[in-house]
Order: sequence, then structure tokens, then C-alpha cells
Amino acid sequence: MSQGNVLLSIRDLTISYGNIMAVKGISFDVYEGEIVTLIGANGAGKSSTLRGVSGLIPYKGVITFQGQDMKSIPADKIVAMGIAQVPEGRGIFGNLTVLENLKLATWSRKDKHEFPKDYQRVFDIFPRLSERQGQLGGTLSGGEQQMLAVGRALMSRGKMMLLDEPSMGLAPVLVREIFSVLREINQAGTTILLVEQNANMALRIASRGYVLETGVIAHTGTGQKLLGDPRVKEAYLGG
Amino acid sequence: MTYILQQGLNSLQLGSIYALIALGYTMVYGILTMINFAHGDLFMVGAFLCFLAATFLHLPFVPTLLIAMIGVALIGVVIERFAYKPLRQAPRVSAIITALGVGIFLENFTLVFAPYPQHVPTLIKNTTWVIGGVSVSSLQLIIIALSLVLMVLLDFIVRKTMVGMAMRAISWDKTIVPLMGIPLNLVISATFAIGTSLGGAAGVMYALAFPVIDPYMGIMIGWKAFIAAVVGGIGNIRGAMIGGFILGGVEILVAAFLPSTYRDFVAFTLLLILLIFRPYGILGKPRPQKV
Ligand SMILES: Nc1ncnc2c1ncn2[C@@H]1O[C@H](COP(=O)(O)OP(=O)(O)OP(=O)(O)O)[C@@H](O)[C@H]1O
Ligand SMILES: [Mg+2]
Repeated sequence: MSQGNVLLSIRDLTISYGNIMAVKGISFDVYEGEIVTLIGANGAGKSSTLRGVSGLIPYKGVITFQGQDMKSIPADKIVAMGIAQVPEGRGIFGNLTVLENLKLATWSRKDKHEFPKDYQRVFDIFPRLSERQGQLGGTLSGGEQQMLAVGRALMSRGKMMLLDEPSMGLAPVLVREIFSVLREINQAGTTILLVEQNANMALRIASRGYVLETGVIAHTGTGQKLLGDPRVKEAYLGG
Repeated sequence: MTYILQQGLNSLQLGSIYALIALGYTMVYGILTMINFAHGDLFMVGAFLCFLAATFLHLPFVPTLLIAMIGVALIGVVIERFAYKPLRQAPRVSAIITALGVGIFLENFTLVFAPYPQHVPTLIKNTTWVIGGVSVSSLQLIIIALSLVLMVLLDFIVRKTMVGMAMRAISWDKTIVPLMGIPLNLVISATFAIGTSLGGAAGVMYALAFPVIDPYMGIMIGWKAFIAAVVGGIGNIRGAMIGGFILGGVEILVAAFLPSTYRDFVAFTLLLILLIFRPYGILGKPRPQKV
């Protein structure tokens, strides 16, 4: 988890929906090997930020990945460049089997000979998916769907993984399981940008965090520092 | 008994043409929840490409079929790209009206070059055998066999290949598809290409079976195939095949017992009754709730 170069750099990112400005000129960097978390209340602009990075919505400002300007690169090419996203609400294809969901995420990869190893890795991390390979995604439980969403992101083999509230709707045991998997994935070399409402858990595994309030960055610091910050405590950690 | 077998064979021939056209409606609906009402006219264009290739290029059956399928596929892709794509976010009714407009354009464009009905030359030497009192023609067998081959191929593509998987994923939720690294527009184009090429193939087969063609031939047959797709369960590929064969069967059956003017009336009444009992069609399901 040694810190390297800047992998993702965001400068003056502004995202608007019609007249509503959801993200108001934020800037931050994610270094290679880090887990960075973006926390904040409902409607703070967390998902919008991720959607901008993955090329799903237009934005003002500059986003670079490995030094390359990402503006006007279509979303599917951004995945091929190495950014995998676990979207809000998991985005599992309910009419496809577990295996088909995983397979689809390999679309932009050329190294076919590596696939078996990667499937094995996903099934090692989530044995429950292995048992359910032929089951339709729509019939999985919420927790299993979340595992599948993370598994899919692993199959696209990004250098970086963006996750939008992976703890949403999960029982505490499962939340802990998912977070320990994220730490594992990170230790194996994937940089992580984690959006969470569960600030407590997120800050504990993150090297650094940013607190977003109505579209601007209100606080920033190491995970430890933010966990101890009285203002953060009061607003996001239940006092 | 021979009478039933004979009618059964005739139903299969008509049914396979309906089924091929119905597949085009259902594939496009499956991924874009839009009815491509120009599809019947693309079927007509397929018949005319067959006529052109056979009459002016003197090509035999297989190249003619390929030209018609590829030609119609290209037109289908262009239509999607320039007429439907800009309307993806627009209200559904705009897309439907555009599709109807595209259909009228295709009819009138063809009318300019073919103001009178045209006669399609014989491409397949038609031998008829009488087997146990049932007359079987080589043309009939080729139409049925070729349709089945195309349907099996399509079923394989949709179920087993990456493109097919991507098509199914789009029908579930197209906003997530780009996040898998999949170029959405490319897959939508591929769907149009495949769906319309089947309509083109149906046009060729129809032109061989009923060799007098005119620019308005696609309207009625297009509507019928659309209803076949709905009866099978719109958006469901196997449903479209089943719907096509049911429609072919019902039409032949009605024509066998009643004056032919009653055929469409009785056939469609039966299908509408079926829809009362199975409102989503035979294989269609109400869309599962998405969270
Ligand atoms: N498609 C949209 N159209 C209009 N407004 C939108 C759209 N998407 C988001 N917004 C608005 O932008 C703001 C930020 O939304 P965003 O989804 O980024 O918040 P968030 O921080 O992810 O919230 P949550 O924690 O509830 O997921 C909100 O006020 C939201 O209403
Ligand atoms: Mg959100």
C-alpha cells in the first residue's frame, strides 16, 4: 500500500443538472495504492462525482487519470483504460446469470488466458457466488448482489475501483465482510475511491477522506484524523 | 389426415416468414422498448433487393439472399443512427411517429422506382413431390429449413455470445452497460442489423413464394408479424418465433374452413382473445420490479 504517483486528479469539478448545481468546483487527488473515501449526507454530490469520473455525465473542470485528460472519453473506453465502477444500487443485470454478469465485465479485455485465474479469484473471495454461478442475478439476495457487483469490477481488472455505497442495505456482518474484501483488493494493488454514508467504516479503512457538503469539500484529512474530528463526529458519526 | 398434414406444412411455411419478421420487432423492443414500425417496410425492401439482384444482376439464390439481408441490415442501422437515436430520451410517441414516417418514406421511395407491381424471377427450381398424398415443394422445404437455421443461429447468438449477453443486459438496464466497458451504441447497432436482416431474409422468402411484389406489401404483413410478436410476448425472442408459427397456423386453419375474406377477421379475433387471457403474451412476463 505504498504511496506512489497521482493516479486520479480532479480539478474544479462542477456538475450541474439543469439549474441545480450538484458539485461546485471540487478538487482532490487519489494516489496510486490508496483507499480514498468520499463521505457526505444525501444529495451532497458523491454519486455525481463518480458519474463524472466514469464518463456517464458531462462536467466542467478537469479530470485526469494517469496523466491523461478524460474529457470526452466515452464511458466504455474509460473502463478499458482501467477504471472499474461498482454503481449505486449495484446495477446487477437481473436477467443474466451470475457467471454471465461476470463475463460481461471482461468485454474490453484482450488477455483471455488470464480470465480463468480471475474467475477463480472472484470465487475464492466470494464462495457464495461460486455456488450460484448459474442463478439469475435478480434472484440473489442484496448482499450477494453486492458481492457480484464487486466481483464484476474485479473481472474488468481496473487499476482503480470506484465504489458507490457498497454498504447500502446490508446487515452489519456483511458490511464488515465487504469492507475487509475491499482492503484485500487494495492490498493486492488496486487503488480505491470509496463513496460511503457509513462514514465510520469507510474512514477506518481509508488512508484519506474528503467530506462533501452540498457540492463542496468541507473537511479533509487522513482517515484517523477525520474519525477524531468533532465536527465530523457530530455530523456523520452519530455524535 | 393427409389434409391436416398438408395444411400443417403450409402453416409452417407461412409461420416461418411471420416468425422471422416478428423477431425484428421483438429484438428492437427488447433493447429500446420501442416498436420499429418501419420494420414491415424493411421486409418489403428485402423483397425488392431480391428482385433487383435476381433481375438485373442475374444472381442465384444464395448471393441474392445475402445481398438482401446485408442491404436491409445497413438500411436498418442507418435508420436507427439518424432517425431513432436522437429520440432515445424523447417521449416514446415521438419515436413511434418517426418510425411510421420512416416506413412511409421507404414505401414512397420504392414507389418512385417501381410504380407497378413487379414480378420476381424464379430463383429456385420448384420441384413438387407427392408423398402419401401430401404435396411438398422444394421451395416450401427451403423456406422452412432456412428459417429454422436462421432462428437457431439467432438463439445461439443471443444466449451464448458476448454480443447476445450485452443485448440482454441492455434490455434489463442500459444505463449500467457502459460501466462494463461495453460500447452501448455498437450493441444497439448490432441488434438493429441482426433484427432487420431477418426481416430482409423474410422478404426474399416471401418474394419467392408469392412472386408479385409491390411497395405496400410490407404494411399488412408487418402488422401481422407485429401482432405475432405481441402474442408471443414482445421482447421475448422465443416468444416471437412461437407467435409467428401460431399466426401462420391460425390463418391457414381459418382459410381452410371459411371464405377467405373472413381469414384476417377470425384470425385476429382469436389472437385478441388469447391476449385477454395472457396479456403479456405466451412467453412474456410482467417486468420484474427493479429496485
Ligand atoms: N439526474 C438528475 N437530475 C437532476 N438532479 C439530479 C440528478 N442526479 C442527481 N441530482 C441532484 O444532484 C444532487 C446530488 O446528487 P447525488 O446523487 O450526487 O448525491 P449523493 O451524494 O450521491 O447522495 P446519496 O447519498 O443520497 O446517494 C442532489 O440534489 C440530486 O437531487
Ligand atoms: Mg449517491
